[in-house]
Amino acid sequence: MKYLTFATATLAATTAMAETPELVVYTYDSFVSEWGPGPAIEKAFEEVCACDLRLVGLGDGAALLARLKLEGARSDADVVMGLDTALIAAAQETGLFQETDIVADYALPVEWTDPVFAPYDWGYFAFVHNKDVTPPANFKALGESDLKIVIQDPRSSTPGLGLLMWVKNAYRDEAPAIWEAMADNVVTVTKGWSEAYGLFLEGEADMVLSYTTSPAYHLIAEEDDSKAAAIFDEGHYMQIEVMGRLAGSDQPELAAEFLKFMVSDAAQTILPTTNWMYPAVTPDAGLPKGFETLTVPEKALHVDVQNVPALREEALAEWLKALSQ
Amino acid sequence: MAQSALAISRKTGISAALLVLALIVLALGAVISRAETGAGLGAADWAAIRFTVLQALWSSGLSVLLAVPVARALARRRFFGRGALVTLLGAPFILPVIVAVLGLLAVFGRSGWLNTALEAAGLPAVSIYGFHGVVLAHVFFNMPLATRLLLMGWQNIPSERFRLAAQIRLTPRAMFRAVEWPMLMQVVPGALALVFVICLTSFAVALTLGGGPRATTIELAIYQAFRFDFDLGRAALLSVVQLVLAGGMALLVLRLVPDITLGGGLDRMMPRWDARGGVQRIVDTIVIVLAALFLLVPLVAVVWRGVQGWAQMPAQVYHAAGISIMVAIASIAVLLGLALPMAGWIAARKADGGEAIGLLGLSASPLMIGTGWFIVINPVADPFDFALVVTMLVNAMMALPFALRILVPPMRDAVRQYGRLSLMLDVQGWRLWRVVLLPRLRAPIGYAAGLTGALSMGDLGVIALFADPDRVTLPLQMVRLMGAYRMDAAAGAALLLLALSLGIFWICDKGGRWRAEA
Repeated sequence: MKYLTFATATLAATTAMAETPELVVYTYDSFVSEWGPGPAIEKAFEEVCACDLRLVGLGDGAALLARLKLEGARSDADVVMGLDTALIAAAQETGLFQETDIVADYALPVEWTDPVFAPYDWGYFAFVHNKDVTPPANFKALGESDLKIVIQDPRSSTPGLGLLMWVKNAYRDEAPAIWEAMADNVVTVTKGWSEAYGLFLEGEADMVLSYTTSPAYHLIAEEDDSKAAAIFDEGHYMQIEVMGRLAGSDQPELAAEFLKFMVSDAAQTILPTTNWMYPAVTPDAGLPKGFETLTVPEKALHVDVQNVPALREEALAEWLKALSQ
Repeated sequence: MAQSALAISRKTGISAALLVLALIVLALGAVISRAETGAGLGAADWAAIRFTVLQALWSSGLSVLLAVPVARALARRRFFGRGALVTLLGAPFILPVIVAVLGLLAVFGRSGWLNTALEAAGLPAVSIYGFHGVVLAHVFFNMPLATRLLLMGWQNIPSERFRLAAQIRLTPRAMFRAVEWPMLMQVVPGALALVFVICLTSFAVALTLGGGPRATTIELAIYQAFRFDFDLGRAALLSVVQLVLAGGMALLVLRLVPDITLGGGLDRMMPRWDARGGVQRIVDTIVIVLAALFLLVPLVAVVWRGVQGWAQMPAQVYHAAGISIMVAIASIAVLLGLALPMAGWIAARKADGGEAIGLLGLSASPLMIGTGWFIVINPVADPFDFALVVTMLVNAMMALPFALRILVPPMRDAVRQYGRLSLMLDVQGWRLWRVVLLPRLRAPIGYAAGLTGALSMGDLGVIALFADPDRVTLPLQMVRLMGAYRMDAAAGAALLLLALSLGIFWICDKGGRWRAEA
C-alpha cells in the first residue's frame, strides 16, 4: 500500500512537472555556479513566469557558440546568454537566432541597435594592478616601461581576443609596432582568464588583463581596496555580453519574456555583484555601493560587430608575429 | 613462440583493444562527417608541430633519464618515510594542471622562493618562462611517474640474482651491466613512449610556462579550431597529426624492447649486498634528497595555499567531491575490465607494438573525442544522460596506457614463468587468472587502479561538453571558483582534490602491496 502511495505521488509529481513549461537557457559556466548570478536569477524569474528555468552552463562564450553550431536547429535551447561583441557576427551567421523586440533604456557608452541580440551586462577591458604600482597612461608608455603583464591567448580566451581588438582599434596600422614594444613586458600568455588572474595574484606580474570592474570584487567581497584598474588615454575596448532567442525554440513567448526579465530591475540589480560587470540598464536604486570607487575610462572603444571577424584575423597574425620573435 | 605457452583467451583482449580503437575512430569519423571548409596545415601549424615534438622529446628524455638514478636509489635503500615518498611520487602527476603550475611558480616564479633567495644572496634572478620552463614543468609532472615505472622494473628482478651477484662479488658497476641494464632495456622504452605522448598533448602548461605564442602546441591549435574557428576539418586533421605522432613514436620505441626474460625467482625480496659501500650510500642519499626536494617543495606550496583557503570553500565543493569519488571508482572498474584482458593478450604475444593501441587513447585530444561522441549521441539522445558513461569510458581510456605499461611487463614475466606449467596442469580461463596471474600481479593491479582513480578524480577532459548541470565534479567546481575570482577557495578545493586523489591512489596501491614488500 505504501508503495502504491509512493508511486502515485511520483506519478503526480511527474505530471505536474510536465505541465510546467521548461525554458532552457544556455550560458557560460561561471554564470550558473552557486556564487554566480544563476541561482538568484532562476529564483527571481521562476517567481514571475510559472515555468521551470533550466540554466545550462557550457564553458565560456566561445564554447557556447561552438556547442550551438554542433547542435544546429535541433538544439534544446530556447535562449542563449553569454555571447559577447567578438562573437556576435559569427552567431548571426548561423541563422539560428530570431529577432527580438526588446526596448530598454541601456546605460551603455555606445548606442545599441542590434535587432537580434540584447545586452544584459558589460564592462571595459583594463589592466588591473596593485595600488603600489604606478600604472602607465597608455600602451606606448606600457611598452616603454619595465612593468610585467600577464595576458590571455586570443586563440583560446575571449578577454585575450578583447585585448587584441583593443590594440587594433586604438592603433590600426601601428598595432604591430605596439605589440613589438610590449613583447618584453609580457611575462606569459595563458589559456584563459582564471590562469592569468591567478598568476597576477601570486605576484608573477605587475598587471593583468581583466576588467575595470575587477577591483569591485576585491573591495565588496573581500573588503580589500588594494587593487585598481589602469586607465589608458587611448580609450578602453568594451565587452558587451548579449543574449538572444533561438528561432527553433518551442517556448517562444517564454523566451521573449525571459529576455525582458533580464533587462528588468529585478535581474539587473543581481548582476553587478555576482557577475562583476556593469548592468546594461542602471537599476532604480543605482549601482551597488563600492562601484562608485571604480575608475571610469573617458573614452569607450567599440568595433562594429560585422567588422570583427576580418579585423580579428589580421590582428591575430600581427600578434603572433610580434610575440613569436 | 610465447603464443602457445599459455592458454590466455585472446578474444577478450582483442575485443577490448578493438573497442578502444572504435571509440577513437568513431569520434574522428563523426568530426570529419561534419567538416565543411577545412583549411590545410599552414606554416604556423608546422611550427607548432615542430615545437610540440621537440619539447616532448626533451621532456620525456630528461624525465626518464633523471628517473633512472632516483629509482635505483629507491630500490636499493630502505629508510623511514620511504613508503610515503613512493606514494607522493604519484602526486605531481595527478594534480590539475593549473594547480601544479601555481605550485611550480611559487618556487620558481618571478616572486617565487628561489628568486627571493637569489635576490637575498645578491644574485641575478632566473626566469622560468621559456623552453626550459616547459621542460622543467613536464619533468616535474612525469619524472615521478617514470621513477615509479622503473622502480617496478627493479622490483621484478628476482632477488636470487642479487644474491648470486653478491656471492661472486660483482662491483656495483658490473652489477649494473649484468643485471640492471637488461631490465632497463625492457622498461625504459615503454616509459619513454608514455611520457612522450603525455607531453605531446600538453597545452596549458606549455603555453603558460613557454611564455607566449612561441610555445604553441598542436593541442592548442586543436582547441582553437574547435572553439573559436569551429573549423572541424582542421580540428580533425590536427587530431590525426597528433595520433600519428604518438602512434609512430610508440611503435618505434616499443620495437626496441628486447625479447628476453629476466628469469624466475621465488618472488621474495632480499637485502642488497652490492649497495652497502659508503660511496654508494652517499650517492643514493644525495639523489633521493634532491629528487624529493624538487618534487615536494612545489607540493608544499600547493598545500600551504590550500590550508589558507580551506575555510572559504563553499559547501558545494564537498558535494562535488562526492560525485568525483563515485566517478573515480566507476572508472577504475571500467579500466580493469579493459586493461587486464588487453595486458594478457599483449603479454602472450611477442614483444611488439600492441601497447601502441593504448597510447592512441591518450594521444587523442579529449576535445576531439568529446566533440565526436557528442555528434554521434546528440541526434538520438540527450548528451547529459550519457555524461557519466562517457566520462567513465574516457577516463578509463586515458588511463589505459598507464595501466598497460604497469601491467604488461610483470604479466609477460608471469606468462613466461608459469605458462608451460599452467598449460600442463590444464589451468585455463578464469582459474588461470585467479590462481596464477592475479596473485602475481596484485601489486601492479593496485598501482594501476590507484593511478586511474587519481587521474579520473582530477580529470576535466570531456566534462566540458557533457557536463551535467546537476552533477558538477570537483575539478570543474574548482575551475568555476577560479573563474569567479575566488582563488583562495579554489586553492582549498585543489588541496581537497589532492588529498582525495592521493587517498584513492594510496588505498589501491597499498591494497595491492598488502603483505608484500614493494
